[in-house]
Amino acid sequence: MKTLVNDFSIHVATVNGSGSQTANSVLLRAIFQMGIPVSGKNLFPSNIAGLPTWFTIRVSRDGYVARRKRNDILVVMNPETAAEDIAAMPPGSMIIVNEQIKVPEIAPDRIVYRVPMPKLMEPITTDVRLRRLVVNMIYVGVLAEKLGIHEDEIERALDAQLGKKPKALALNHAAVRAGWEFARTSLPKNDRFTLERMNANQGKILIEGNTAAALGAMFGGVTVVTWYPITPSSSLVESLIGYLGQHRRDPETGAASYAVVQAEDEIAAIGMVLGAGWAGARAMTSTSGPGISLMAEFAGYGYYAEIPAVIWDIQRIGPSTGLPTRTSQADVAFVHGLSHGDTRHPVLLPSSVRDCYDFGMRAFDLAERLQTPVFVLSDLDLGMNLWTSDPFPYPDQPWDRGKVLGDDELAKLQKFERYRDVDADGIPWRTLPGTKDPKGTYFTRGSGHDEAARYTESPEIYQRVMERLARKMETAKSLVPAPVVTEDTGAKIGLIAYGSTHWAMVEARDTLRAAGLPSGYLLLKALPFNDDLVRFARRYDRLYVVEQNRDGQMADLIRLALGDLAPRVRSVRHFDGMPVDAVAISAPILELEGIPNPAAVAEGAIR
Amino acid sequence: MSDRRHAPATPGAAPGHPAKPGPAPPTGVNRIGLSRADYDGSKTTLCPGCGHNAITGGIIQAAFDAGLEPHRVAKLSGIGCSSKTPAYFLGRSHGFNAVHGRMPSIATGVHLANRELLLIGVSGDGDTASIGLGQFCHLVRRNVPVVYIVENNGVYGLTKGQFSATADVGSTMKGGQVNDLQPIDLCAIAIELGCGFVARSFSGDQKQLRPLLQAAFAHRGTAVLDVISPCVTFADHEGSTKSYAAVKEHDAPLHDIEFVPYYEDIHVDYEPGTTREVEMPDGSHIVLKKLAADFDPTSREAAFGAIHEAAGEGKLVTGLLYVNEKKVAFSQELALPERALASLTLDQVRPRREVLDRIMEQLRTGKGLAAASGGG
Repeated sequence: MKTLVNDFSIHVATVNGSGSQTANSVLLRAIFQMGIPVSGKNLFPSNIAGLPTWFTIRVSRDGYVARRKRNDILVVMNPETAAEDIAAMPPGSMIIVNEQIKVPEIAPDRIVYRVPMPKLMEPITTDVRLRRLVVNMIYVGVLAEKLGIHEDEIERALDAQLGKKPKALALNHAAVRAGWEFARTSLPKNDRFTLERMNANQGKILIEGNTAAALGAMFGGVTVVTWYPITPSSSLVESLIGYLGQHRRDPETGAASYAVVQAEDEIAAIGMVLGAGWAGARAMTSTSGPGISLMAEFAGYGYYAEIPAVIWDIQRIGPSTGLPTRTSQADVAFVHGLSHGDTRHPVLLPSSVRDCYDFGMRAFDLAERLQTPVFVLSDLDLGMNLWTSDPFPYPDQPWDRGKVLGDDELAKLQKFERYRDVDADGIPWRTLPGTKDPKGTYFTRGSGHDEAARYTESPEIYQRVMERLARKMETAKSLVPAPVVTEDTGAKIGLIAYGSTHWAMVEARDTLRAAGLPSGYLLLKALPFNDDLVRFARRYDRLYVVEQNRDGQMADLIRLALGDLAPRVRSVRHFDGMPVDAVAISAPILELEGIPNPAAVAEGAIR
Repeated sequence: MSDRRHAPATPGAAPGHPAKPGPAPPTGVNRIGLSRADYDGSKTTLCPGCGHNAITGGIIQAAFDAGLEPHRVAKLSGIGCSSKTPAYFLGRSHGFNAVHGRMPSIATGVHLANRELLLIGVSGDGDTASIGLGQFCHLVRRNVPVVYIVENNGVYGLTKGQFSATADVGSTMKGGQVNDLQPIDLCAIAIELGCGFVARSFSGDQKQLRPLLQAAFAHRGTAVLDVISPCVTFADHEGSTKSYAAVKEHDAPLHDIEFVPYYEDIHVDYEPGTTREVEMPDGSHIVLKKLAADFDPTSREAAFGAIHEAAGEGKLVTGLLYVNEKKVAFSQELALPERALASLTLDQVRPRREVLDRIMEQLRTGKGLAAASGGG
């Protein structure tokens, strides 16, 4: 069988709460340090301890970081799922089994390494609890030896994780060594997988999207953060709390240049954000689908009363409680029009950790410029998994606080009207409470109001205000991040995607190209759409909109935007809660285009 | 966090109040040179005779008397008849009429952004005791500095007379239906949740209401004023326990109240043992003149006792039920700076380039990172 260098996936099956996270991080980081493109996906249950969990590490010399359905190496640490996990492994794969676990007979064309893990742990520690946690390091040692990860890299990775705890470091190190030695002396190599150093990660960082978003918010100058704990959003705010505590407190007085409030629910969370935004703070909250549902009424208030707010939605599977620890892109249509009445919100669609950082800042600028709630739609895959990225640059722009009149400006004005469109861009000027000039005072309300913010039920005025709000969304089109277009020569089909789906798109386009199907590709970065979308659509006979929801929500929004061109739109959907893989995109497109592709089909068959 | 309470309590004048009182004013203006009319709002659209209008008048007078600087006040409300009223007072202050039952979260956000503002919130019994009970409780629990006025009439006026959650057992609706459900006593809840200023009053008793409002303006945490305010259209009939007649008949004040601003001397002409005085953080005083029985407003037990006893006797106990000026305000809990967060400049809120570089290095090497997060 052909040797596979730097191109395979390692699937570690464990029980959550068993301490495998450290082991998997060490493995991932060691490979990262070897300069090999690598990505990790944590597939975890909605549970604290005792349920099956999987961690998949994909190494790809071609730089692909999307999930791949097929796994090449399996580590069996969970008796509950062992039979199923083993059955899913293809011929030629490698299986490391904790000998303690009873497994069914494995076909001879799978390479099996049986490791007496409990026995190897015996000399390392007598503490039963520690044994259970540290035993995971045995498979790290075995894998390192078999795949060719240099011991130094494991040591560096271990040191980075546990350097501050010398006892734990020594213990973990001993376990890695034990696995390593056992593999070297007792497991002759007869698998086909190997890792070789590359230079793909020079200067790069490993980061979760939620951490990136937190950094963006901090450097964007956030001052008020509210939240209600919810998976998969919590780590965004928790990360932000950590960074703000370190970098946004006066070292002398201890005074904080921010406030973080854990609210009683998501209604209060967005209410606090609107109150703070109204009073001039850069305020944000972060949540997931169920929280978004609760925020609906206030979202409409923010739109109609024109108050800046930033709301992150780290999407998970719905409807209802759904699958709290599985990824999704099914909130997009709901969020875009969140609330009753004619409501429309700008929605930013980060597709990378870098986007999370950039949009973490830019969302504030947009919210304050447009005086409206701005939503940022990330997802569990982007938010909670580790991604490789170039380091984030320091912001090269000051912030944009939008149209705010202070006392000095008011003094020069004859009169001030809060909702008067004086610049013909749909965006009025506002004042903040605390402004001394009585001209600047106004009364904010969610009920019908005229240009001077006075209550009115006048049909003409109501309609006029709503039309102006629509004009404001027109202005938003030129302010939100533009889509990114890349096009193959000779392409007849156009692909459209957004968010974390992007990474599988990159890989799928390579597959399509190899099968003789070049494509154009438009990566959406925001709603509302700008004219780039229509121009792109005109160039292609068929448009495939790829997304991670059942109903093709973005495809529908695009159809509405395209008018006459709408029949060109076809929808490709993936919505089982697992991050989308390239085959799930290339296979249906090839099929719809009538191009046979045995390779893609074969990979797809091992589901 | 060890330095949670690091920030000192704000000394000096309470938010919204002048830092230094001017000289004694000529007739018709207050110490900051504003007339009473400067504290007016737009014309009321509530029913003639509505108790809420009297409360609006009380707020205007108290704000004038206190010399509040209108631009340093923000008015907030939810939805309902009472929540319309912030449009009718302090027209020179910014106002925020929120969604139903959610004024507390808006107020919290405004305070976080600008702690230098005095927040006056007006709500109703439906807005607070039903749809907004959760937010009300959490506002009190956090001790967010808001003067929270409940204009309590036991009915939903704006939707034409349905019972609210403060309707008394046995009270009747205009059509004759009897309420059998236990009322929610907002004062008792506020005290239970640790509120440091809890009072009950009656819209028809301006002599009691105005000093209570002035004292509430000087308080540094959440101040809850539950003001019984008869609905002339849907709850002023015989059988309603919150009609003008019923309230007047059953009103049982705990004391006579006087508010003495910090720049005035406390009268000394009270007979010893006949008054209790409460000093506010800005140096002003509440003077409580004893009536039939002595009542200690610094005792939670006494407050619960008075509330429960009155309820048992079908009476309405009014006055300053509980006061505690030592509670830690929310801004202290959060170690907020003295200045409004909203006023901070970019260089005060964007860490320097070296900070980002250091974080990037941590993310590159994996060293110094917090432990990876779990999930569920």
